[in-house]
Amino acid sequence: MTAQEKLSIPPQEMPEQEPGVRARNMDEVALGYPAEAARTEASRCLHCAAKPCMKGCPVAIDIPEFLGKAAEGDFAGALATIRKSSLLPAVCGRVCPQERQCQMHCTVGKILKDSGKAVAIGRVERFCADFEARAVEEGRLSPPAPELAPPTGRRVAVIGSGPASITAAADCARAGHEVTVFEALHKPGGVLVYGIPEFRLPKKIVEREIESLRAMGVKFETNFLAGRTRRIADLLDEDGFDAVFVGTGAGLPKFMGIEGENLIGVFSANEYLTRANLMKAYEEGRADTPFWHGRAVAVLGGGNVAMDAARMALRLGADEVHLLYRRSEAEMPARREEVEHAKAEGVRFHTLQNAKRILGGEDGRVRAVECLRYTLGEPDASGRRSPVPVEGSEFEIAADTVIVAVGNGSNPLVAATTEGLEVDGRGRIKTDGAGRTSVKGVYAGGDIVLGAATVILAMGEGRRAAASINQDLSAGL
Amino acid sequence: MNRIISKTMLSESVCRMTVEAPLVARARKAGQFVIVMADAELGERIPLTIGDADAAAGTVTLVFQTVGATTAKLAALEEGGAVAAVLGPLGRPTEIRGENGEKPGHVVCVGGGIGVAPLHPIAQALKAAGNKVTVIMGARTESLFVMEDEMRAIAGENLIKITDDGSSGRKGLVTEPLEELCRAGGVDEVIAIGPPVMMKFCCRTTEPFGVKTTVSLNTVMIDGTGMCGGCRVSVGGKTRFVCVDGPEFDGHQVDWAQMAARMSAFKAQEAEARDHACRIGLIPPRKA
Repeated sequence: MTAQEKLSIPPQEMPEQEPGVRARNMDEVALGYPAEAARTEASRCLHCAAKPCMKGCPVAIDIPEFLGKAAEGDFAGALATIRKSSLLPAVCGRVCPQERQCQMHCTVGKILKDSGKAVAIGRVERFCADFEARAVEEGRLSPPAPELAPPTGRRVAVIGSGPASITAAADCARAGHEVTVFEALHKPGGVLVYGIPEFRLPKKIVEREIESLRAMGVKFETNFLAGRTRRIADLLDEDGFDAVFVGTGAGLPKFMGIEGENLIGVFSANEYLTRANLMKAYEEGRADTPFWHGRAVAVLGGGNVAMDAARMALRLGADEVHLLYRRSEAEMPARREEVEHAKAEGVRFHTLQNAKRILGGEDGRVRAVECLRYTLGEPDASGRRSPVPVEGSEFEIAADTVIVAVGNGSNPLVAATTEGLEVDGRGRIKTDGAGRTSVKGVYAGGDIVLGAATVILAMGEGRRAAASINQDLSAGL
Repeated sequence: MNRIISKTMLSESVCRMTVEAPLVARARKAGQFVIVMADAELGERIPLTIGDADAAAGTVTLVFQTVGATTAKLAALEEGGAVAAVLGPLGRPTEIRGENGEKPGHVVCVGGGIGVAPLHPIAQALKAAGNKVTVIMGARTESLFVMEDEMRAIAGENLIKITDDGSSGRKGLVTEPLEELCRAGGVDEVIAIGPPVMMKFCCRTTEPFGVKTTVSLNTVMIDGTGMCGGCRVSVGGKTRFVCVDGPEFDGHQVDWAQMAARMSAFKAQEAEARDHACRIGLIPPRKA
């Protein structure tokens, strides 16, 4: 096929549940490509010599190679290529912000002058992972056997079980170390389980990844809070671990510090989503955890978590969901697809507006959000144009529920209970860039180092830290 | 899973349960709590205070009242069975006078109802640090007293019992002997644990005397590790998380009205859950 022919292949749409239907169920919204569409989409890749897409991938997957194999229908080969760099293709194919990473650099999108027409790398990645999973599920394929180095007799503790930890655990286990993952909640998976909803990332996929770690000999200890149940020093000095990886994430919800934030009906997005996702509160009558019957819901924020919360509110029966974001849609940090999905499902977007205070009735419950309008000023430190409030532009949006989704800070517990562990001004653990912290034997990665980021960046961090652990342990440290 | 070593119903609605949790038993300090689940799949996570612990035996003792779905499920479990999850110890330990740089003195411990259970390890630690410990135990009626023998072992003569109906000890409210003690002078510190309204009035009682009063809050929580923020309260005008900043706070700084309101947030749903007939529909119908 010539380049011109490739460019004339239309981008393949991925089937989705109808917006009106999916906004009322918890099932996955995007249904994934059929095999033929995956091959066709993969065949749109021009195989540029410079591979610009790879530069956009935080873990540098050889994207043209896997697309080439997928185009030929060799999905197993494609997956093997992805796996060389990424441990969680089924997850990343679904939750990576591809339009800001690999797909942003895609030559096809550039030639067609529309990044939305770049090769849908994430969708093909997802297809390859799901293709194998289905074959295993249907008994046509045995699960991929992990290649493990001979046992070293060294022991690694991994704190937390989100993307950074899963990756670090796998890489350390592959190197032959005995790995135990310690998780504070009652189910492993971290943010993949408590934060990202079923309709965006089915929990079955996360369970599959955890199972594949178990198959590698990784042990899981749930209901274990590092810093309280045992300190990091106890694990190293008394419990026989040679190294500890801290991947505790960004689990401390930020509030806005505005009046009315402690009224009844105001939730952090973490609480709102955890009730629904981890605690399964939507299974009313079966689950013990109650959920909040919001009728008019206001979500504050413009990131993926805000989109998740807004869309969850619809699924939990809200009549109207308003999303308030103080910049314009162009600055929204959420994935493009999530924004589109949220709109199609009926979330009402209020950009250049933000909550000034939350108003309550005499019963202490939320009745409205008082908002201010904003305009965009000069770019700020983040490079985004800074929002400037318009004096005197106050107005109210009636609401019985407010969900605050303005980000997460670092949970201070591990740092506070580990002597000598250096953190920066925002409580993030300092590393040497390769996961080594200021304490010998203690490594860190993911959001506890980066601040709230993405699954794929956390994975990259886990991988780098595991490489350091493996290197240091084999050097006899 | 944590095996249940023993279980006793102290009254119709108060259960005392000892469960295997060796790491918690070893690490826990006075004032800390655990998150417990009766069922790991669809169960709820609830905070319970640690009434006692035995590091050598690897057990912790929980004392709780059956007030909701989870406590009822827990109370229905039997010796030899298991609770699905015990996470802890959580929260900051109590600052024990005599260990925190301040000289030992006279500390009055006020426990209302099953608030006596979390008070027990604190009173124990205060005694061990050389303080004179006076205990005021209050309950609606005699049958609702818990851990009286254990508290008497700590306070001896200085144990004051008081009931609303006069069925045991003095008739009246815990604030009455508390005020008398403050008036008599020589009280260095008060620790009050019980229903919010009791803690609030203990704080009102001690405030005019300028006596430091610590309370232990038990708000709605999910993870118990700082992640959800559901437990937040206003203390001295600042939002604090009970799970990681508490559970103990300066009672004179707590916004009691707001806390009581927040604790009632899910009352309607909880009532519904208690007399719920299962229905299959996942999502409530949308209003037309």
